[in-house]
Order: sequence, then C-alpha cells, then structure tokens
Amino acid sequence: MGRHVVLIEDEPNITEAIRFLLMRDGWSVDAHTDGATAVEVIRDAGPDLVILDLMLPGKSGLEIVRELRAEDGLQALPVLMLTARGQMRDREMAEKAGVTRFMTKPFSNAEVLTAVRDLHAQAGQG
Amino acid sequence: MASLNVLAFVCLAYVAFLFFIAFWADRMATRGKSAAWMRSPLIYTLSLSIYCTAWTFYGAVGYAARSGLEFVTIYLGPSLVMICWWWGLRKLVRIGRSQRITSIADLLSSRYGKSNLLAAGVTILAVIGVTPYISLQLQSVTLSFAIFAEADPLRGYNETSIVFWVAAGLAVFAILFGTRNLNANERHHGVVTAVALEAIVKLAALLAVGIFVVWGIAGGVGETLARIDASRIGQWNVDGSRWATITFLAAAAFICLPRMFQVMVVENEDERHLRIASWAFPLYLLLISMFVVPIAVVGLDLLPAGSNPDMFVLTVPLQQGQQGLAMLSFLGGFSSATSMVIVAAMALSTMVSNHIVMPVWLRLQNRQASVSGDVRDVVLLSRRVSIAVIMALGYFYYHLSGGAAALAAIGLISFAGVAQLLPALVGGLFWRGATRSGALAGLTVGFAIWLYTMMLPALGGGLLPEHILRHGLFGLSWLRPEALFGIEGLDPTVHAVMWSMSLNALVFCLVSLMSFPSPLERLQGAQFVNVFDHSAGPRGWTGSVAQCEDLMIMSQRILGATEAQAFFQRERMRQGGRGPLPEPTPAFLERLERELSASIGAAAAHAMIGQIAGGSSVSVADLLAVADETAQMLEYSSRLETQSAELSATARKLRETNEKLTQISEQKDAFLSQVSHELRTPMTSIRAFSEILRDAGQLSPQEQRRYAGIIHDETLRLTRLLNDLLDLSVLESGQVSLNITAGTLTEVLDHAVATALAGSEMPLTVRRSPEAEGFRLSSDLDRLAQVFINLIANAQKYCDAEQPELTVSASVSGGRLHIVFTDNGSGVPADAQQMIFEKFARVSPERAGGAGLGLAICREVMQRLGGDVSYLPGHGGGAFRVSLPAAGEKAA
Repeated sequence: MGRHVVLIEDEPNITEAIRFLLMRDGWSVDAHTDGATAVEVIRDAGPDLVILDLMLPGKSGLEIVRELRAEDGLQALPVLMLTARGQMRDREMAEKAGVTRFMTKPFSNAEVLTAVRDLHAQAGQG
Repeated sequence: MASLNVLAFVCLAYVAFLFFIAFWADRMATRGKSAAWMRSPLIYTLSLSIYCTAWTFYGAVGYAARSGLEFVTIYLGPSLVMICWWWGLRKLVRIGRSQRITSIADLLSSRYGKSNLLAAGVTILAVIGVTPYISLQLQSVTLSFAIFAEADPLRGYNETSIVFWVAAGLAVFAILFGTRNLNANERHHGVVTAVALEAIVKLAALLAVGIFVVWGIAGGVGETLARIDASRIGQWNVDGSRWATITFLAAAAFICLPRMFQVMVVENEDERHLRIASWAFPLYLLLISMFVVPIAVVGLDLLPAGSNPDMFVLTVPLQQGQQGLAMLSFLGGFSSATSMVIVAAMALSTMVSNHIVMPVWLRLQNRQASVSGDVRDVVLLSRRVSIAVIMALGYFYYHLSGGAAALAAIGLISFAGVAQLLPALVGGLFWRGATRSGALAGLTVGFAIWLYTMMLPALGGGLLPEHILRHGLFGLSWLRPEALFGIEGLDPTVHAVMWSMSLNALVFCLVSLMSFPSPLERLQGAQFVNVFDHSAGPRGWTGSVAQCEDLMIMSQRILGATEAQAFFQRERMRQGGRGPLPEPTPAFLERLERELSASIGAAAAHAMIGQIAGGSSVSVADLLAVADETAQMLEYSSRLETQSAELSATARKLRETNEKLTQISEQKDAFLSQVSHELRTPMTSIRAFSEILRDAGQLSPQEQRRYAGIIHDETLRLTRLLNDLLDLSVLESGQVSLNITAGTLTEVLDHAVATALAGSEMPLTVRRSPEAEGFRLSSDLDRLAQVFINLIANAQKYCDAEQPELTVSASVSGGRLHIVFTDNGSGVPADAQQMIFEKFARVSPERAGGAGLGLAICREVMQRLGGDVSYLPGHGGGAFRVSLPAAGEKAA
C-alpha cells in the first residue's frame, strides 16, 4: 500500500510546511496551486490521499471534491480539506460535497499528521 | 230603453275607441311624426278640461238646483287663475321643464333641496286628498248606471257590485293607458290626445242636452229666462264668505291637483300654449257651464220632487224619451269620470312610485340599485300597483261615506285637501327664504286641520266618534272639529278652509324664517325663484370621478337600452369626444340627472347619480356663508388621504432603510469572514514553521534560517494587514484628520518612489518626466504619498512584463491635477476592472503579496482629499489615474 499524497494549495508557505511534514513521515507529495487542473492531476497521479484548500484559484475545493466523487474509482478516495474560513456552514457544505475530513487553519502539525494517518488507515481497511 | 248590457257594451266600445286613439297618437309621437295639431294649443287647452270631471258634468246641475248660482265659483276660480295669473303658471311650466319635474310632489321636493321626506309627505297628502274625488267619480258613474238600471227589466244588479266593477274597470283602464311604458320624458301623448277627445265629447253632450232643454222643452231663450226668474235659483242670494272661500279653493285646487299639474306642467309641449289657454280654457268653462242653470230649472220643474238633481242631465232626456240624447249624455259623464280617473291615477302613481316605493326599494337594495336588477320593471310594477291601490282607496271611501253625500260636497273636501300644498308651492316659487322645514311644518299643520275639520266629519260616525264632533277632542270644546277656538256659526267649509289655510301659511312662513336652508335648498330656491334668469344654470355636479360605464348601465335600467344609448350617443357628439362614452362632465351629469328625474323623480335621480358619480353637491355663489357638510366630509377625507399617503411614504422609507441595514449587515459578515481568512492564512504558516523549528530534530542551518525567514515575512504580512485594516476603518468612519501642507508634486513622487522601491526586491523601472511634475500642491502630502506608494507597489506586484516599467505623467485640465501611472504589463482584465477598488479584491491570487486592501485605501484617501482614483482601460497596460483639485500654477 503506497503513501502518495496530492496537495492542492495556493499559499506557497503552507505548501512548503505540509510537504516538509509529510515527507518526514514517509509520504511522497505532489503539490499544485491551480484548482482548474486539480481533478486531472489527481486522476493521473492516482494518490492514496488528497489534501485540498477550500479557496483556490480557478476552481473551488468544493467543486473539485464533487467532481472527484462523480468519477469511477475515486468515490472512496480520502480527501482532507483545509480552510481558513472556519464557519459551520462551510464545514456542512464540505461534508455534503463528499469531503472525508475538514480542518480549519491554523492547524497544529500533529493534527495534520494524525488526520492523514487516520484517513489512510481507514481507507486501507475499507 | 237601453238595457244595462247595451250600456256596458257602448262603454266598452267607447273605451276601446279611446284606447285606439291613444295608441295611435303614441305611435305617431314615438316615430316623431306627430301631426302639428297634436302639439297645438287646442289639445293643451282641451286636456286642461280634465278639471271638469263627473262632478262638473252631473254635479254642477245638482249644485245649482240645491244652492243656486254658487256653482259658478267652481268655474270662477280656475278662470281667474288662467286670466290673471297665467304668468305664475308660466313660471311653473318653465321650472317644470327646466328641472324635468314629474309631479307636484317632485316639484316641491326639488324646490326644497330634493327632500324625499317632503315628496313622500306631499304624495301621501295628495293620495288622501284625491281619494274622495276618485270616489266621487265612482259614485257618479254608478248613479248614472243606476238610472238606466232602474228602467231595466232584468234587474238584479245591486249598487255595490256596480261600484266594484266600475272601480275595477277604471283601474284596468288607467293601468293600460298610463303605464304602458315608462316614457323617458314622461309625456303621454296618447293619454293627452284621448283626454282632449273626451273633453270634446263631454262638452258636446252637455251642450246637446242644454240645447234640447232650452229649445226642445222650454221653448226658446225667452221662455227659459222666464222659468229661471220664476225659480228660486234665479234669486240673487249670495253668501259672500262661501263664494270667496270656494272660488279660492277652486283656484288653489286648479293649481295643486296632481292631475291638473300633470296636464298643465308635465305634459306641456310649449310654454306659449299657456297664452292661448289663458283665454281658451275660461271660454271652455263658460260653454260647459252655460246650460247648467236651464237644465237645473227645467229638471226641477219637470221631474217629480225628490229625484236626485245630480242626475238631471241624464234623467231629463230620459223622461222626455230621448234615448239617443240620454246615451250621449251618459257618454259625456263617463268621459268626464274616466279622463279624470286616468290622469289622476297616473299622476298619483308616478308620485307614489317615485317618492315612496323607489326610495324604500333603493334602501332595501342596500345602495346597490345602480348595478343590480332592472329598475324599469320595478318602476312600472310599482306604478301599476299604485293605481290599483288608489282605486281601491276610492272604492273604500265610497263605502265608508255611504255614497250618500252630494257630489259637490265631496269635491270640495278634495279641493281643500290639495289646496294645503298652495303655501309651499307659491312660497317656493316666489320666496327664496322658504325652507324645507317651513314647507313640512306648514303642510303638516294644514293637513292635520283639514283632516280633523273636514275629512273625518264628512266620513261620518264611522271614523270620528260622535262625542268628539259634539264636544271636541279630549272634551275640550275649543277643539270641536267644526268650531275650532270657539268660533262658531261659520259655514263648515269656510271654517275648515280658513283655519287650515291660514295656519298652514302662517306656520310655513314662521318656520321658514326661523330655520336655515341647506346649501342645496338655497341653490334650488334661487333656481326656482329666478327661473327666468337662468333656466339653463348648472345645478352643480362637481364630480369628475364618475364612472361613465356605471352611469350607462344604470341609465339603461331606467330609461331602457335604446333610449339610454341614444342619450349617451347624443352627449358624446355634443362633447365632440372620440371615446365610446361621453366624459362625465358636470354639464353631462346635470343633463343625465334631469333625464333620469323625468322617469324616477328628482330626489331619486339625484341620489342614484350621487351614488355613482360620488361628487359633492354644489357650492356656488349662493352658498357663500355655508359650511357645507359635504365639503367638510371631502376635507376630512382628503386629510385622511394625505395622512395615508404620508403613512405609506414612511413605510416605504422604513422598508428602504431596513433593506439598507440588511445589506450593510451582510457586507459586515462578508467583511469579517474575509478578515478572518486573511488573518488565518499567515498565521497557519507561522504556526506550522514554528512547530517545525520546535519539534523537528535535525534541521540544517539553511533550513532553520529559511523557516525563520518565512515566519518573519508572514509576521510582517500580518502587521501590514492589521495596519491596513485600521487605516481603512479610520478612513471609512470619516474620523481621519488631514494634515494639509504645501509642497510640490515632485517632492511627493520622489518620496513615494523611494519608499516603494526600498521595501521590495522586485525590479521595477520608474519613468518620470520631472519637467512636467512641478505643480504646487496643498493637500495632506503624506496621505497622497501613501496612495502613490500603493500604486507603485501594485505595479511591482502585478506587472507581468519581463522588464517591468512604470511611467508617471502629470497634467492639469479643468481645474484638476491628473497623475497617471501606467505600467507595461497586461493590465487588469476587463471583467475585474469594476471590483479592484473593493476590499479584499485580488485579481491574481498566486502573485498576491497583500490582502487586497491597497486600492480600497487609495480610493478612501483620495475621497478625503477631494479627488479620486480610477482605472484607465485601454492604455496598453495597467493604468491608474489619480486626480485632485489643482492648487495653483506650476511652480517653476
């Protein structure tokens, strides 16, 4: 079972931090900033996990999730959504769209690692 | 001797003939082909002869036989009116025509402010007053039948059944004649023509009998005169008070009797006919009364003592075996009775229907009369029923009074009854101060006295207990019906007329003086009294909101569809309008009201138009001092309207404010959400890298430095963001204090360029033209520099050219200084140009360094400085223009 992550995040510093964390944990990280091409990138890369920002240039994180869930073989793909907009409404909409887990910025590194490991483990069992 | 059957047949044939004449005349009239003679003064004069009823035909001879020459007073009164007072009648006719009056009740109601109460009162008085008169006709026709019946071998007719059948027959006859249709102008050409014909028949019959008596029996004029001298009739035996009283009564009745009013005023075709009638009608009266005395004298001589002198006209020829003459005489009497009954029933039924039935019906219809039900049918039905009821009243009166009284006595009771209308009528015509209250009070008093002193005693013991007659009401002797206030010894007729008329007139005058007329009364009063001055004067429909369609619907119901459409068509033509219906101008409403009042009376028409047009009734020169109730209502309602308009304006304002507040609240939420997002993003980086620095063991020195640098940069970014937010909030709240100083544009630009370039490593070439920048400025130079710095920093961040360049140029035009910053990049996309000045608006996030507040701050600053900043599309790259008021000429 591989440990490959696709990260879509438009804030370069945050991308760098997450990449650092995950690589130290043994993941390979494929990072992108553009929302418009995200679905293609994910389909091609076939990752074990996706980390998505909510507000992205080109296409919003919610739309990307909806499109992923509409594709064969991607319905069960774990998606961790990060957002700087932490309102309840956003969380509800994200869960409705098919996001597996929702995290509000700023987060602690430990939280992110735990969440990634949990999601990966669940997906493995499932 | 003719049997009763033959007699009945002759009557029916005669009636059929009359009916044919009336029908034919009506047809001619509706086709507009009525011959000239039908509208001639002759017909008018002859129609006036319905004054001469069976009472005149039979009763005058009886009167002469009993009381001598006193019968002349009955003819004297009308003759005096026609000869001496024709100008007063002319006024009556003029008013009747100009106001479309339908009856005497309508006239009085119209004069006294269109009061329906008054109209109803007059109607009741008229019905009660005329009832004895109708009964009199029944009695005379019955008597004449009885004369023939006595000689009929097949007896078995009793008097009661004859009276009943006569009454029923006359009722049917009157209904057939008078209410065949509801004429728009309420003229009955057919009836008038038939009445004129009957006038000729009765005159001819009486003249024939008279000639037969003088030359056939008495043997010439000389012989006749000798006989007269020999009889007691010839004795000049005059009771002055009775003569004066009865002459006055006859004159008053001639004017006030509903049927006389009908033929004289309502049916009048042309005012000028009155001039002819003023001598022709007295002549007719002279002719019809010429042979009264000879017939009476010869009758007294010829017939056995005890025979009824009222029937001499019939019995003298019969006694002489002149069957043909007797038949002609019978027809004459029949004509007199029928013409009177028909016209009286018609006139009364119009009054009853217009002033009693219609108002009640209108009220029952809950003010919806204008739009529901067919008023025509109701009017016709109510008139027919009224006729039947009036005839029934006459029939019952006959029974009550026992049918025994002399014809003349019954006639005088009627005369005195309707004469009560005289004070109100004459006062209304000539005295502007006469009021409705006065008229009502006078009528009530006069009517009550007449009822008490004349009508009830005449009915005998049946209605008025004997002890009242003897000892007065409540045993008060001064209230004895035939000796009021203790004045005894007067002739009962004189007594009753004197008291009723004088108190009537006195109360009328006093109450009129004491009461204050309503505006409408004053106006109508002026119109009546000065009818010759302004016959066509407006009566004051000021309503401009009339629903013409509703008026049309209502008019159709009253006038009939064809009539109404023709009228509306005429009105539309007259106005020259283009629409399907005429404009509801006051003049039009005025004419419509008159048109309707011809069918249903003034008060009802006024009410119905009022319901639809909803306008106020009048206020013109006559009403200066009067605070009209309607005006108050209008004022009140307009005040209400104003208030309601104000309320709805306030409500609208509140709604707008609420919308604005909601919008502002939404903007605030969006703003907070944006601020949160902008704060969380740098904080995320700071937290992540500080945790990495803290937790991760083996980090290279480069890594450590790099991560600490990121934390440092993001902290600066946070600080900048907070500064911008605070700055913006100060600027937006308007609490910013400006520090106005003098300087030059060059100095400000120097400072701005240096600051902007120093804070960033991004390369940017700034091109300036120092010779064009030497403008003096008087402004907050630090704030202006802030704007410039923001614009230069934007160029640094967003200019996508390989060799980014920014050109700064300045110029003055229209009193304003313009500074334009143009870079050589691709500029702002067209769809984003509108929003770049909004808070947190960023065109390309991946290159964003700031929070998107820079341009928003620029806009706020420039607004405070009295200038503005805007994006200039189509300048090759991103181009921003800052403009502000020019302070003066170039510095150097």
